[in-house]
Amino acid sequence: MKGNEAIAEAAIRAGCRHYFGYPITPQTEIAAYMAKRMPKIGGTFLQAESEIAAINMVYGCASTGRRAMTSSSSPGLSLKAEGISYLAGADLPALIVNVQRGGPGLGGIQPSQSDYFFMTRGPGHGDFRIIVLAPASVQEMADMTRLAFELGEKYRMPAMLLADGTMGQMMEPVELPEAEIDPADVVKGKPWAVTGTQMKRVHNIVNSLYLKPDELERTNIERFERYAKVEKDECLWEEYMMDDAEICVVSCGITARVSKNAIVEARKRGVKVGMIRPKTLYPFPKAPLMAAAEKVKAFLAVELNMGQMKEDVELAVRCSRPVATCNRVGGMIPSADEVTEAIVALAQK
Amino acid sequence: MAIVFDKPKALTDAHLHYCPGCTHGIVHRLVAEAIDALGIEGRTIGIAPVGCSVMAYDYFACDMIEAAHGRAPAVATGVKRSMPENVVFTYQGDGDLASIGLCETVSCACRGENVTIIFINNAIYGMTGGQMAPTSLVGQVTQTSPYGRDAKTQGMPIRICELLASLDAPAYIERVAVNSVANVRKAGKAILKAFRTQVEGKGFSLVEVVSTCPTNWGLTPQKACQWVDEKMIPFYPLGCFRDRE
Repeated sequence: MKGNEAIAEAAIRAGCRHYFGYPITPQTEIAAYMAKRMPKIGGTFLQAESEIAAINMVYGCASTGRRAMTSSSSPGLSLKAEGISYLAGADLPALIVNVQRGGPGLGGIQPSQSDYFFMTRGPGHGDFRIIVLAPASVQEMADMTRLAFELGEKYRMPAMLLADGTMGQMMEPVELPEAEIDPADVVKGKPWAVTGTQMKRVHNIVNSLYLKPDELERTNIERFERYAKVEKDECLWEEYMMDDAEICVVSCGITARVSKNAIVEARKRGVKVGMIRPKTLYPFPKAPLMAAAEKVKAFLAVELNMGQMKEDVELAVRCSRPVATCNRVGGMIPSADEVTEAIVALAQK
Repeated sequence: MAIVFDKPKALTDAHLHYCPGCTHGIVHRLVAEAIDALGIEGRTIGIAPVGCSVMAYDYFACDMIEAAHGRAPAVATGVKRSMPENVVFTYQGDGDLASIGLCETVSCACRGENVTIIFINNAIYGMTGGQMAPTSLVGQVTQTSPYGRDAKTQGMPIRICELLASLDAPAYIERVAVNSVANVRKAGKAILKAFRTQVEGKGFSLVEVVSTCPTNWGLTPQKACQWVDEKMIPFYPLGCFRDRE
């Protein structure tokens, strides 16, 4: 199954019946899959007039307590930023998929991880975060789709699947959950949802406007208390050959896969190297990196941008160890050889 | 003693924040009366805009959502597609609907979404202090057209009802005013009809209400109502532009 299709099918099995999107490469397979499937299962596929409209349809749908999603690629996220900020401000859960391509501007259509800062710092105006998951296989594309819905609802915040274009386009075997979540069940336990008062309760209001500064301050502080719980309890990462490692590669998505090959190769050349692969980019797994900093002499961030995750590694280890980069941009992907050479060079420093 | 005049049930007891002489209060009442008349308050979801009526979510007793500037028709679409049996309306001003949200407005109408839009056209941005709106008249003095709107550099005002009437999908489009008792009565009927159009599943309905902004027009409430007759209605003729019975 293609990565993009795995997301779509996993979303449906997670009880999502409402997809709103706008065509953009390289994520369009998600829309195409939804367009085929949703009408057959009583769901909604709607090709919106723009990414702005699509994210606002998600906002409306999420307000009713449904599992709503949209998907796009980098330039589309610039347009969705407005709506994501409103989702965050109104404490609404929703799934946003960003299958990244190179930028800035129109950029290109080849894989990239250049939206790392944009997504992990809260994509939109105001002080907020969203959960950001970084899949490195088609299996994770599927698994993390369901997880994103669950985490988003648990903490009442938007959640994102941040994949690079490779993840969306590549084909791998995938095991999808047999047990499907009933869409009727996902609405339950959401007393805040606007579903009509039925004349039985005071009206619910989904809103992000607070004109009194002290009230707005309170909402911001309350939100960051939730984020603190997210940071404490929801970090996910994979450790690879870290037991005796003296060099620690940090990488996610396609570059983590390339790095695994490079690590095997570098070990053949006598370099004790391992990898910590963050599976959640927000919350960023600082603790395992801090622990690794006690043992390793340097970190190597391997990524498809000019060194964005590198800064999070530096922050996580409080600059206690040097953090080098091995990166390609613009849609280029480093080869295993390139990464191996970078590892060996760093070991010899 | 019999009660002969009462506040509609679909309005809360919240104190309206509108300026003296502003017609938002009248239109809020007409919307609430329509909701009461159809007995739909319990299943109605309203969507408030950004602009003077941003806090409409406090005034209507039904469930409410506050949308980003201009995006109410997209939000309404998301709600209606989630809950087709519910009644969904947006309440938007001219800057919100006809400028920043024009794309969402036209697309929502073009899809024939079964929602109701109440469009307040007072030819000015009220909330931000009186800037030129897409519906400001040629020659109209505003904060951002201090020498009067110049058609050569600032373009002509946009007629939303006529624009949307060029589309196939909408079911009901009417322009009304609220500057006289007779016009308020007609407006009430049109708003009721718009909601009924949705309840009967006929599709997209929009009522444009030619309204006043005495504060930013620099006129007394009475003179503002006269200005609607003398300036606004000649450019924005009242009447029904689509009625798919």
